[in-house]
Amino acid sequence: MTEFLQQLVNGLSLGAIYALIALGYTMVYGVLRFINFAHMEVFMVGAFVGYYLGRMPEWGIVRHHWIPAWLVIPSESIWGGTIIILIAMIACGVLGVLIEKLAYRPLRNRSTLTVLITAIGVSLLLQNLGQIVFGPDPKAYPQVFPESNISLPDNLTISSSQIVVLCVTILLLWGLHYIVSKTRIGIAMRALSFNPTAASLVGINNDFVISFTFALGSALAAAGGILYALNYPSIDPLMGTLPGLKAFVAAVLGGIGDLPGAALGSLILGLVETFVRGSHWSTYTDAIVFSILILILLFRPAGLLGKLETEKV
Amino acid sequence: MVKVNNDMKNWRGQFLLAAILSCLVWVSGCGQGGQSGAAADTIKVGEYASLHGSEAAFGQSSHKGTLLAVEQINANGGVLGKKIDLITEDNQSKPGESATIVKKLITRDHVIAVLGEVASGRSLEAAPICQEDKIPMISPSSTNPKVTQTGDYIFRVCFTDPFQGKLLAQFARKTLKANKIAILSDVAAPYSVGLTKYFREPFVADGGQIVAEQKYSSHDKDFKAQLTAIKAANPDAIFVPGYYTEAGLIVLQARQLGITIPLFGGDGWEAPELIQTAGKALEGTYYSTHYSPENTSPIVQEFVKKFQARFDGETPDAMAALGYDSAMVLADAIERAGTTDSAKLRDAIAATKDLQCVTGKLTLDADRNPTKSAVIVTVKDGKFKYVETISP
Repeated sequence: MTEFLQQLVNGLSLGAIYALIALGYTMVYGVLRFINFAHMEVFMVGAFVGYYLGRMPEWGIVRHHWIPAWLVIPSESIWGGTIIILIAMIACGVLGVLIEKLAYRPLRNRSTLTVLITAIGVSLLLQNLGQIVFGPDPKAYPQVFPESNISLPDNLTISSSQIVVLCVTILLLWGLHYIVSKTRIGIAMRALSFNPTAASLVGINNDFVISFTFALGSALAAAGGILYALNYPSIDPLMGTLPGLKAFVAAVLGGIGDLPGAALGSLILGLVETFVRGSHWSTYTDAIVFSILILILLFRPAGLLGKLETEKV
Repeated sequence: MVKVNNDMKNWRGQFLLAAILSCLVWVSGCGQGGQSGAAADTIKVGEYASLHGSEAAFGQSSHKGTLLAVEQINANGGVLGKKIDLITEDNQSKPGESATIVKKLITRDHVIAVLGEVASGRSLEAAPICQEDKIPMISPSSTNPKVTQTGDYIFRVCFTDPFQGKLLAQFARKTLKANKIAILSDVAAPYSVGLTKYFREPFVADGGQIVAEQKYSSHDKDFKAQLTAIKAANPDAIFVPGYYTEAGLIVLQARQLGITIPLFGGDGWEAPELIQTAGKALEGTYYSTHYSPENTSPIVQEFVKKFQARFDGETPDAMAALGYDSAMVLADAIERAGTTDSAKLRDAIAATKDLQCVTGKLTLDADRNPTKSAVIVTVKDGKFKYVETISP
């Protein structure tokens, strides 16, 4: 029973990180109908922004006292950690908008396949730029939040980073839900995903809404990147590939284009992955995870919560 | 208008192609020119190493050791009156790269021998190439027995996993007093698979019990699921025969899950990055390795002093010592062979006997492996600390 509960906690915190990434995929798919493969690299950049900010007390300008002490982000504090996550989210939001402006916007009216291949190109470009700029070697992640273990009865242990992951994810999901369902820009996003032409006819600035969608998705990916690195504190420029792929699978599993679906799919994926890993079939984890995807898609082609759209002629 | 544009593009494409081709011709021409000029007065030795990527710490250490040895040999007049020209190639810790770059070293640079690699998986990729082209290869620190089984041109200067596994089993039984062991191994690394096997056999034969066996793949980051299953099996210690990148994360996550029993591994743990990743969590962990800089024998202390003088006070680890030894074994063999002819050089390396090396006295047996002692190291207050030496 203890083992089951412990795996449940492990699986939930893994699924929560997948959810933050999967939402970015699903939002972009919702408004533009294509998979932004560069999203997994935004996730990686987010982790690296956090890495450099977390090492701020070691910067040259800080050690030489060239900037006032109150500007230095303290390490191992809840405040410092929150600020680092916010800065990384803003930085990656800007990166997401830039990617859309430079790579996808010029191809807006081309076939989806062209954009898809461009997305793969952007992904490889960022990966290789990361290897040049950040260096290809794995780096040990700084302790951004204070670290401790909380022992619960029944020999159950929860690490503080798992709690941080769950809290931040719930907070961000709630924020996203609020933006999409209550604000004007959220209504515009939904209108765009229903019908872009009709949306622009009623006076919605499509370009702005698409930029905003990229910013929002990329910011979530940045938060996911930092949370991932907190739990697994060794990062490198290729770190985005596997979690990115899993999150994409989670988005498809839940029904791509559907926000609650992406969150649900991610939680399922995180739990299944964790439970299989802890069993005797740990070597086959990925095979089993992807088999489940195939099975679900056989019976529900639009994913768990997705609605099947018939092409209108 | 559209037509003209297309033509322009075509023309531009052709021009670009021509430019690239002429560049290629120029570059390859240069390479050959440089070669014929230098071949007469130097002996070319190839080295392939993981200078970047997930096992970069191994490659960097090993390379520094080899470089120090070559510089020292050249400063003392070289071998056979010629200087050694060390040509280093980087495989970025990626699978599939080593075979290509070693082929390049042999066919383009015409090296007389190849030094490398640390990771057994990558040595296994390059070994068949060297064997086929009859170029002697000396691996500084690949411990998997299959490496030298590739053929009679492949050598190593470190102990092998059957020995390391037996020693770790002995250490677990005697020093850790562990009866029940859990194993967490890397299915994607031949080193880890081999070491698991060679640990399990003597450990079980000695009355020990393997209560849980979990697996992961290189580049995994999440080990909490496996560790939770291991925790439930209630072992006395956990054996982690992997490389430092994953080992650091495993130790850290084990402590996060409230696992307080000792964890231990093999020489794959030996890297400063292990401490950077896992920090305080490493208290109460052990690994076996080839040498300790705390050894007081004069040859070790002299090596440590020279290494520190050359590389900004950095203390050499086992990979650096073995990288150094691999070059020394080669230089000794070239001197004894009196020629760089590959067959004679191979015989000379195979005949290496009682050569005084940093990692101990070295004699190669009929299987081209040395018999050496090993040391156990632990981590205390964020520093590696020598525990004991175990002789075969």
